[in-house]
Amino acid sequence: MRIALTVNGRPEEVEVEPRLLLVHLLRDHLGLTGTNVGCDSTSCGACTVLLDGQSVKSCTVLAVQADGAEVTTIEGLSGTAGGLHPLQAAFQRHHALQCGYCTPGMVMAAASLLAEHPSPTEEEVRRGLEGNLCRCTGYQGIVDAILEVARARGGVER
Amino acid sequence: MIPAPFEYARPQALEEAVSLLVHHGDEAKLLAGGHSLLPLMKLRVATPSLLIDIGRLSDLRYIRDGGDHVAIGALARHHDLETSALLEREAPLLRHAAGFVGDPQVRHRGTIGGCLAHADPAADLPAVVVALEAIVVAYGPRGERAIPARDFFRSMFGSALAPDEVLVEVRVPKVGDRRWAFQKFNRRSIDWAIVGVAAVESDGGVNIALVNMGPTPIRALETEAALRRGASPSEASALADRGTEPLSDLNASAEYRRHLARVLVRRSLEQIRG
Repeated sequence: MRIALTVNGRPEEVEVEPRLLLVHLLRDHLGLTGTNVGCDSTSCGACTVLLDGQSVKSCTVLAVQADGAEVTTIEGLSGTAGGLHPLQAAFQRHHALQCGYCTPGMVMAAASLLAEHPSPTEEEVRRGLEGNLCRCTGYQGIVDAILEVARARGGVER
Repeated sequence: MIPAPFEYARPQALEEAVSLLVHHGDEAKLLAGGHSLLPLMKLRVATPSLLIDIGRLSDLRYIRDGGDHVAIGALARHHDLETSALLEREAPLLRHAAGFVGDPQVRHRGTIGGCLAHADPAADLPAVVVALEAIVVAYGPRGERAIPARDFFRSMFGSALAPDEVLVEVRVPKVGDRRWAFQKFNRRSIDWAIVGVAAVESDGGVNIALVNMGPTPIRALETEAALRRGASPSEASALADRGTEPLSDLNASAEYRRHLARVLVRRSLEQIRG
């Protein structure tokens, strides 16, 4: 089946099998290997991308379900500006990663969270990350990084 | 993990989806958000030969005022439910519980119709709609059929839907400011409930439905009866596991689940009475 979608602002047309998962479309067909496959069972969140602006686990979405949609991966987060997105820079500053495997998904989940809640409480950040597992950091640096970005954007701390 | 091959259809209208179901019967599966079905297909526990993707039938995605009830389209996503001001006003138990389904990514995709049709006894929303005495509306070649939630869940993963019917709407009675409680016990926030409780005040009593205490959501009828006789929350909740058939698994033994049901029902009642 032929599908057309926008990935990181770029229109793409791809011939796919209906059973192809979105994560494999991104990694194997479009070469966007920033999105990782972790548990492959909708638990760990390593494969999180934005589908029409909302976080989804791309191991549990068929590519054909994304037909006509806008997908944003970690490669496209900073847009045409290039360089690090403020969330990526904050993760770096706060040592919010060690092995880094969960990081692309963690950053995309954070981007979705901040789009919906521009000034989250720490509790809201922690709940917003419930779909993403990190086995290294203990989460504190991740939470600090996200709260810092929210504050820097003018979110009022509650 | 890759699903087995299947044919894919994307009907433009509900009628077209129904006629595909009529034609293909058990070989076909409806796809909405896919968050119950796709994991099973990846494990090859489910191997439908045809997927009928109704996910784009936007007519079925709504939450609106139906007079004495809130009408929820089958394709309303958990995230739509958890952010609905109408639900917060008229059936806050459902709005609250929807916010504890899976995790944010799951709630962005999963739908109420898919969740109920899947009839997983460990899922939260089936027990919630049973406690709220909601109506499930099915549509098929013989027209529309309204099924009380208590009759909808028939067995583990088995519902009252015929193979050629589509779950199209859930009608949730307005309960306004009646007190309610939702308790979900699990080890990690993203896990299914080991045991859960959905409870809401009803005329002269409390409706109590249990998650994961048997093959379907189960009403704690003996507790409900004891409350009507004037029993205290702690007396009534001691009966909460009567009539249940919990399983033992890696997370908990059946006996532990029975204990949890009694404790969580007591907490729910204290919350409602408090």
